[in-house]
Amino acid sequence: MNKPAALTQGSCRDAPILKERGQREVFCGLTGIIWLHRKMQDAFFLVVGSRTCAHLLQSAAGVMIFAEPRFGTAILEEKDLAGLADAHEELDREVGRLLERRPDIKQLFLVGSCPSEVIKIDLSRAAERLTKIHAPHVRVLNYSGSGIETTFTQGEDACLESMVPVLPKTEAAELLLVGALPDVVEDQALKLLDDMGVGPVRVLPAGRADGIPAIGSNTKFALLQPFLGETAAALTRRGAHHIPAPFPFGEEGTTLWLRAIADQFGVDDDTFERVTAAPRARARKAVAAHAADLTGKSIFFFPDSQLELPLARFLTRECGMHALEVGAPYIHKGLVGPDMDLLHAEVISEGQDVDKQLDRCRAARPDLTVCGLGLANPLEAEGLATKWAIELVFTPVHFYEQAGDLAGLFSRPLRRKGLLKMEAAE
Amino acid sequence: MKLTVWTYEGPPHVGAMRVATGMTGLHYVLHAPQGDTYADLLFTMIERRGQRPPVTYTTFQARDLGADTAHLFKDACQDAYDRFKPEAIIVGSSCTAELIQDDPGGLAETMGLPVPVIPLELPSYQRKENFGADETFFQIVRHLSTLQPKTERITCNILGPTGLGFRHRDDIEELTALLYDIGVEVNCVAPMGSSPGDISRLGAAHFNVMLYPETCEMACRWLQKTYDQPYTKTVPIGVGATRDFIAEVAQIIGKPTGQIDDSRLRLPWYSASVDSTYLTGKRVFLFGDATHVKAAARIARDEMGFEVVGLGCYNREFARDIRALAKDYGVEALITDDYLEVERAIETLTPEMILGTQMERHIGKRLGIPCAVISAPVHVQDFPARYSPQVGWEGANVIFDTWVHPLVMGLEEHLLHMFREDFEFHDAAGPSHHGHAATPRMPAAAEGGSMPAEGASVSTDIRWLLDAEKELKKIPFFVRGKARRNTEKFAADRGVAEISVDTLYEAKAHYAR
Repeated sequence: MNKPAALTQGSCRDAPILKERGQREVFCGLTGIIWLHRKMQDAFFLVVGSRTCAHLLQSAAGVMIFAEPRFGTAILEEKDLAGLADAHEELDREVGRLLERRPDIKQLFLVGSCPSEVIKIDLSRAAERLTKIHAPHVRVLNYSGSGIETTFTQGEDACLESMVPVLPKTEAAELLLVGALPDVVEDQALKLLDDMGVGPVRVLPAGRADGIPAIGSNTKFALLQPFLGETAAALTRRGAHHIPAPFPFGEEGTTLWLRAIADQFGVDDDTFERVTAAPRARARKAVAAHAADLTGKSIFFFPDSQLELPLARFLTRECGMHALEVGAPYIHKGLVGPDMDLLHAEVISEGQDVDKQLDRCRAARPDLTVCGLGLANPLEAEGLATKWAIELVFTPVHFYEQAGDLAGLFSRPLRRKGLLKMEAAE
Repeated sequence: MKLTVWTYEGPPHVGAMRVATGMTGLHYVLHAPQGDTYADLLFTMIERRGQRPPVTYTTFQARDLGADTAHLFKDACQDAYDRFKPEAIIVGSSCTAELIQDDPGGLAETMGLPVPVIPLELPSYQRKENFGADETFFQIVRHLSTLQPKTERITCNILGPTGLGFRHRDDIEELTALLYDIGVEVNCVAPMGSSPGDISRLGAAHFNVMLYPETCEMACRWLQKTYDQPYTKTVPIGVGATRDFIAEVAQIIGKPTGQIDDSRLRLPWYSASVDSTYLTGKRVFLFGDATHVKAAARIARDEMGFEVVGLGCYNREFARDIRALAKDYGVEALITDDYLEVERAIETLTPEMILGTQMERHIGKRLGIPCAVISAPVHVQDFPARYSPQVGWEGANVIFDTWVHPLVMGLEEHLLHMFREDFEFHDAAGPSHHGHAATPRMPAAAEGGSMPAEGASVSTDIRWLLDAEKELKKIPFFVRGKARRNTEKFAADRGVAEISVDTLYEAKAHYAR
């Protein structure tokens, strides 16, 4: 294959990582429900938590809350805290009522929260018990999306991990793609792999309970998202083999990701070239349109989703940006190592002390700052252009056809800053 | 446990944040797990604030649980003091920290910080956001206010405005101007815009304006008891209420207010003008926080000529007031924080208009009923850039426009009736100013388990004859659902199995008002 031209040289795999503890301005794992429930169409996510949890979901889900969403919160009340024996009866009753009202539900996730974890409600036992009660129609699983244990996208990791032990067993040599992507993106990935003759290909999570993939020692899996460390470990425990690769952002990332899989499945260079040449050219062209606004600009990432390192790799190498600090909530070198090999950044940080990080950001005066919604407007008010990070998780950004859109998400705030002119016209 | 999808109110610590964010020079140290910082975005996004809320979270994680969390709290408290140098600090727990039983108040007290530290007890599993705001403001007032000589001129405090309050920003401005007209100056607006220093001077005012009872009633009562400051009971939203408010102030200050300039007030003439005739008897349903519902009910009946067919509130603290109000209006009060109950009430009452919160807006959209927002919780579009108060004269003007806009106006309604067979006025076209009108959904397209589609049948035993079905389609879409339900009920009550055109019109005559 053609090696992509490196725009910025460097590797930060072995660079020192600034590890910080302090106030963390991040979402908890419950937020993962917002996109997971869209992907798994017959699943319901029942959070066992407090009013705060319900309020968080409502604030994060925005307008989606009004579309009969398949998630809700069983809010703990005073009497639930008084004695634990009750909690299970209460939960059984609420679940019974819920499933009666929503007979279309096939998978129910009991999602742990900070309050339920702190008072140690045994949701895994509850899931087993409820599975028996509601079998065979509904399968009940459990994971924790609490803030004390998970940060933002780790909620998806915990959810997928909870599904791995109950996946059926197979000896077939199949490829498993792991991570919830928008359907349009998933279809593109499946088509590219199919055109190369790679298959059969399964996806986790499946759109519906009847599409659940099987797994075994001949399964090879590739990750679509960098935040799936626990899921990868669980899959490995069941004998499946991980295909390490940079994540499929941009033309280069997508090509390297496909290449890693193609190598495992014995795809020859000519076939690879034939299948990828046209979409690669399209992706390069689409990215170039935005790169003009991004080249030479500096970028600063606050930690949010674990997508930061792969995205910084895309922005520095394919859009010519300069990475000042790349912060991630966690850095799983086993997964993002291939991306780090290709990335040069002045500072890599893990964890957060938000006030200190804000001081560093203000001192560095980056051209663009990627951060959460709690920081974005305050930083804009200080004159810094920002790109709010949560959009990168909801918007289709992976693979070739979205490469231009992905660059566009970063160039738009800069273009806008250039466009707005409020001064008198002389 | 209670299954919840939508909550009208957040937890009480969000109420405390609203007080802290409204104020200056105050910092809130909140013992809370990682993730609770989500609440920041309510202020930075919905209210579009250009500063982070003055809140430091301990953001403890699983590995910190145990003895560590108390240290974490103290460190966070010290760091917050060193960095922000506030005039006063409030400390408290979120719902999870309440369970791990560190005592933020006690811990902060032992640190010997050189500023007042006010501990908050907010029971997260019993109370909600409005209580959190009310209690927090009360504790701040109780700790920081001091006995003051009364100002020479007649002054008052405006109490209640907070961060994230529905139209609080502009209400303050409108009310300040109105009070100035009466000859009363504002000593202090609190919590919004006040520093701890300002709070200490609250006692200098002659009286208090209780603008939003939800967020300041406890403080008002305490100030009355402690500094002998009377407070106003009427919230000046609506023309009549504003006039009553002025009279109440006149009584408190013990002298007549003289001629009040209401030349900017347009609601009375707009409402009297002939195009408003069609508003007469429009059946409205009211839901929201108690204060705004109370005000809206009076405007709806006495100033717009609507018929109030149902009303309620989500904040139980005011259940008694709202029940009494409902009695005055001869309707059932709905006190609930479950939006499904509100939805059922609206479906049963089939109002022609809903005045409610963001949630009712969506219920209205789903049922094809016009809706205007009168109360929090609201979304970003209800923190407008333009001046849009609810109180006073300009507030009345704003309310008239806001409420009338979603309705089909008189002439247009007339045209829709006259030319309903016309291709441009066909029944799915909807009001012309609605770009994308709520197109009625086909009954067949109803999704399983959710809501009946607009105009869906109440009974499956009753059959519509083809002619009757055709005639029904001629009825404008915005009343068709009601016509269908009424006709079917009429038929069912009389044991009629088939609905003909005659049945349709007999039912119409029967239900005619």
